[in-house]
Amino acid sequence: MRVRIPTPLRSYTDQRAWVEGKGTTVDELLRDLDRAYPGMRFRIVDEQGRLRKHMKVWINADAVRDLSTPIDASDEVTIMQALSGG
Amino acid sequence: MLLIGTRKGAWLLRADADRRSWTPTGPIFLGQIIQHVVLDPRDHTTMLMASRTGHLGPTVFRSTDMGATWTEATRPPAFAEGDALERSVGSVVWLSPGHSDEPGVWYAGASPQCLFRTEDSGDTWEPVTGFNDHPMWQTWADYPEDQTPDGSMLHSVIVDPRDPNHLYVGLSGGGVFESVDRGAEWAPLNAGSKADFFPDPDREFGQDPHTVRLHPLRPDRLYQQNHCGIYKMERPDGKWERIGDNMPRDVGDIGFPIELHPRDPDTAWVFPMDGTDVWPRTSPDGKPCVYVTRDAGASWTRQDNGLPDRAWYTVKRQAMTVDSSDPVGVYFGTTSGELWASDDEGGSWRPIMEHLPEIYSVEHADA
Repeated sequence: MRVRIPTPLRSYTDQRAWVEGKGTTVDELLRDLDRAYPGMRFRIVDEQGRLRKHMKVWINADAVRDLSTPIDASDEVTIMQALSGG
Repeated sequence: MLLIGTRKGAWLLRADADRRSWTPTGPIFLGQIIQHVVLDPRDHTTMLMASRTGHLGPTVFRSTDMGATWTEATRPPAFAEGDALERSVGSVVWLSPGHSDEPGVWYAGASPQCLFRTEDSGDTWEPVTGFNDHPMWQTWADYPEDQTPDGSMLHSVIVDPRDPNHLYVGLSGGGVFESVDRGAEWAPLNAGSKADFFPDPDREFGQDPHTVRLHPLRPDRLYQQNHCGIYKMERPDGKWERIGDNMPRDVGDIGFPIELHPRDPDTAWVFPMDGTDVWPRTSPDGKPCVYVTRDAGASWTRQDNGLPDRAWYTVKRQAMTVDSSDPVGVYFGTTSGELWASDDEGGSWRPIMEHLPEIYSVEHADA
């Protein structure tokens, strides 16, 4: 499936905005991305498997926080990081 | 070389032979929060950087070419999955190289107040479970309360130069703690230091040490700049003596950093701040000054030659350092992004870099 990477994480993807990933849940997808782009998952998810505050994952047009949410190969996933702050 | 961590990246400054001209390199990782940058004094090659980027998780970067290129740790400091308290590392705030006989060993202090160790020069990190999972940890750390604005933290990781098994750490808040068995068991070391923000100020733990230092040439002596004053301890006695009582009353003895002369265990520098009222954390009366003691705290001398008459900045706990030259160079960075230097042990001051982001840490390294 196609995954959109936010700008703060593009240092892991050679600055690519879109990458390919696979998995049947959000968690599996993030672990797949971490194999391709080592270190990326820990910047998104903490060591207890919680999506970090101000990080969001969208499946098509639906925002989800539960990493066990199922996804399909035809879905488009957007990883988003709020740019709030100063 | 000076290694500068700021709220928006890191800078390295190299001096000419007489320390009059400084050449900056940077920004490195522009926009990332850099808590600490430290060069390994054992190999003069490995440089570690503690980073947290906006809302992304915390990590550690490593360089072996004096900061030209950086590689992220394969396993940054983190708790185990399934941690009983469901803890996660909010940020890595402190990096300390290990004992000189243990190349590759480093310690990291984090928020919340936990300790991590690497044995491969920062590539993979493990929790020091003897501390992090100590039966008293939750009480010592008052977890999950956040007691400081940027999160409660463990700092001032000190390894006794005589014994790699002998460790000290500082918890803001929580107090000073000691281990004599390489981190397996820990005990509070706070007798004599006040916690006057509690109903019972003379407590076994709960104090707020801001910075703790051990003198390498006199390892039985500890200094600390605490939320409640400046203290000294002579081991094996375990009682802190408030040497800040000898500071001028109108200046007080509140502050964050304390730095030691590399060759004279009786000489230390502090940067006093206004700890009255709502704790503005600016210099007392807005008049920046360093104070030095040359007699282990029996007396203190003001050093403000060259500093502005009035300024409203803060110097954070890791934002002051000394070099190894003779006379010793003393340096501090401000929350307003100014880097100040003295090449005569505090006798006179001049800015060597301005207009940086808020400075979090300043370290010196013999590169």
